[in-house]
Amino acid sequence: MARRFERALIVGASSGIGEALARRLAADGCRVALVARRTERLEALETALNEGGEERVRGWVHDVRNRGEVPGLFEEICRWLGGLDLVVYAAGISHRVAFAEYDTEKDVEVLEVNLLGAVAWLNPAAARFGRLGRGTIVGIGSIAGDRGRVGAPAYNTSKAGLHTYLEAIRNRIARTGARVVTIKPGFVATAMTEGLPGLFWVVSRERAAEIILKKARRGVVTAYVPARWRLVSWVVRAIPSRIFRHLRV
Amino acid sequence: MTGPLPMDRLEWVEGWGMAVGAAGYVFRPSTLDGVRRVLELAAERGVPVVPRGAGCSYGDAAIVAEGIVLDTSRMRRVLAWDPETGIVDVEPGVPVADLWRYVLGDGWWPPVVTGTMVPTVGGVLAANGHGKNAWRRGPIGEHCLELDLMTADGAVTTVSPKSDPELYYAVPGSFGQLGIVVRARLAMKRVASGLVEVEAVSAPDLEGMLRLLEDGLGRWEYLVGWIDAFPGGRRLGRGLVHLARHLEPGEDPEPAQTLRAERQDLPDTLLGIVPRSVVWRALKPLTNRPGMRTVNAVKYRLGATVGEDARYRQTLAEFSFLLDSVPGWKRIYRPGGMIQHQSFVPTGRAHDVFAAQLEACRRAGLPSFLAVLKRHRPDPFLLSHGVDGYSLALDFPVIAGSRRRLWKLVRRLGELTVEAGGRFYPAKDAALPGELYRASFPGGELDRFLRLKARLDPDGFLRSALADRLFTSG
Repeated sequence: MARRFERALIVGASSGIGEALARRLAADGCRVALVARRTERLEALETALNEGGEERVRGWVHDVRNRGEVPGLFEEICRWLGGLDLVVYAAGISHRVAFAEYDTEKDVEVLEVNLLGAVAWLNPAAARFGRLGRGTIVGIGSIAGDRGRVGAPAYNTSKAGLHTYLEAIRNRIARTGARVVTIKPGFVATAMTEGLPGLFWVVSRERAAEIILKKARRGVVTAYVPARWRLVSWVVRAIPSRIFRHLRV
Repeated sequence: MTGPLPMDRLEWVEGWGMAVGAAGYVFRPSTLDGVRRVLELAAERGVPVVPRGAGCSYGDAAIVAEGIVLDTSRMRRVLAWDPETGIVDVEPGVPVADLWRYVLGDGWWPPVVTGTMVPTVGGVLAANGHGKNAWRRGPIGEHCLELDLMTADGAVTTVSPKSDPELYYAVPGSFGQLGIVVRARLAMKRVASGLVEVEAVSAPDLEGMLRLLEDGLGRWEYLVGWIDAFPGGRRLGRGLVHLARHLEPGEDPEPAQTLRAERQDLPDTLLGIVPRSVVWRALKPLTNRPGMRTVNAVKYRLGATVGEDARYRQTLAEFSFLLDSVPGWKRIYRPGGMIQHQSFVPTGRAHDVFAAQLEACRRAGLPSFLAVLKRHRPDPFLLSHGVDGYSLALDFPVIAGSRRRLWKLVRRLGELTVEAGGRFYPAKDAALPGELYRASFPGGELDRFLRLKARLDPDGFLRSALADRLFTSG
């Protein structure tokens, strides 16, 4: 049965897919808590979404690398929302690295934001939803996490780790009635993809948000955005390693 | 103390109808000190507290999102009992089932019982619940001699109608918003037998139903009407009326036996074959509009033919606790659950308002699956739902696709009631808009209640989803 979302928390809400999800949920009448690092963008979004009505959207400034802040923030947000139906982890970064570049600092930052931040936020969400036997977790992974590629080892790793983590918490809590949805977008028109060469099948972030919410309401296990990327992923994963390493993709 | 509330206390807490619920931190103290510590914890953390008994309110009366749910069901001791006077002192978590079992053997019965024996005394008092004899005995609050109220600051005050009438008459019906009832002294009613005499009569329409109930006043202790809410036109409001009275001394040849609690228990099987525990499974496939239309029609036909003018004796428990006759029956309404709406309308307007309500349900394509009519009278409580008139309780299944339409229908039903000067019973409600509930108190009763609350609970710790929706929301 499709679920209704009345109270949602979005981590990484100030831009990209997170922002588009926030706008869409708010437009549907959902009460939304926004968590993001950039104060100005967050405040602007909060103001825009609350315009002309009661406060249905509130922002919390937080850098997902500060994992110690999460338990307190999580409880505070649940209290402000008056419950929690949906948690979306949409925070993500990607550093452009050269083919032979091995920059540990950059890579650790990617892992901290894309993976460890997700663990910090989704652990309390999974504990809560598992106890209550309800609730939906959505993790924004990437098709890039399906294979280790030469262009972005840390990004690939962070998304692959996220996919595995989401699968693991799904296996822990799905039997209670809670849902964990792994989203694997292809190319979405956001700041992360801006200016990248060779993009195709690019969808707008609004369209991506629409698809993601539809899949989240249905509680699917894994959704490619848009769905045709599933075929691409299947082909890419089927290529033997000894061939894949020569492809330079 | 700071930090998050303990995660292992977090539970999904829902109304009996399963259609509304919220996550709350549930504490189940067994002593007065335990209750006090929960209130202190709430004050330290700045979170709201709602008292909860057996969770039998249909909607959001004992729910508070992300707050503390103070479950009193472990405080279930009978503290004192005098079989000579019929006066009993109980803790709030004593279920109605325990209460009648305790006193019946001495020839007493609670003067007011709900349609199920599962609720706790504290819960029934919080709602100021009534029974099928509401026209005569009023709500439970009228039979409470005194109560100990623990206010938000942890202080316990003994309140009675004489010691502090303003406070006393505000507590029953306040749904725990003024304090936690930690002891209640109740006066039981003398009975000469464990049986009641029941008469069943049918009525072809709503007018006939109301006439039968009106004629029964004074002659019968208990009056209750069941309505088949599906047909319209000339058959609108057709149904069956059950009238019952206690047996007089001498009518029961063996009162010592019928007054035994064990003799009151319902048999485990229906017709000696079908376990009662599985009956709801048989009803489940019928829990849809065509199925319920058929069930209601068959029930009416049987009542109006083979059951017409039937007179029979039933045990007090069997007659009083009809809702317990099919254990777990609410499960037929899964997954969406159900809501109920009960309107109280003065006698002169009852026919027109109830006819309009039944018609509104039909027009909306949301006929009530179970409709019950009762007679009431006014009572002295501040947030009373009692009127000199009738109540109509309507059960509705909650289905995802029609939820919005159903809530809109409840608004319409509420508007009809308010226009007629009627009242509502929040224990049965989950969907009434707050402005309609507030409009049902044109005499400023709700303002007086809120002033009292501000005095007793200045920080507003005692809160519920129901109170937020009905008492204060805009």
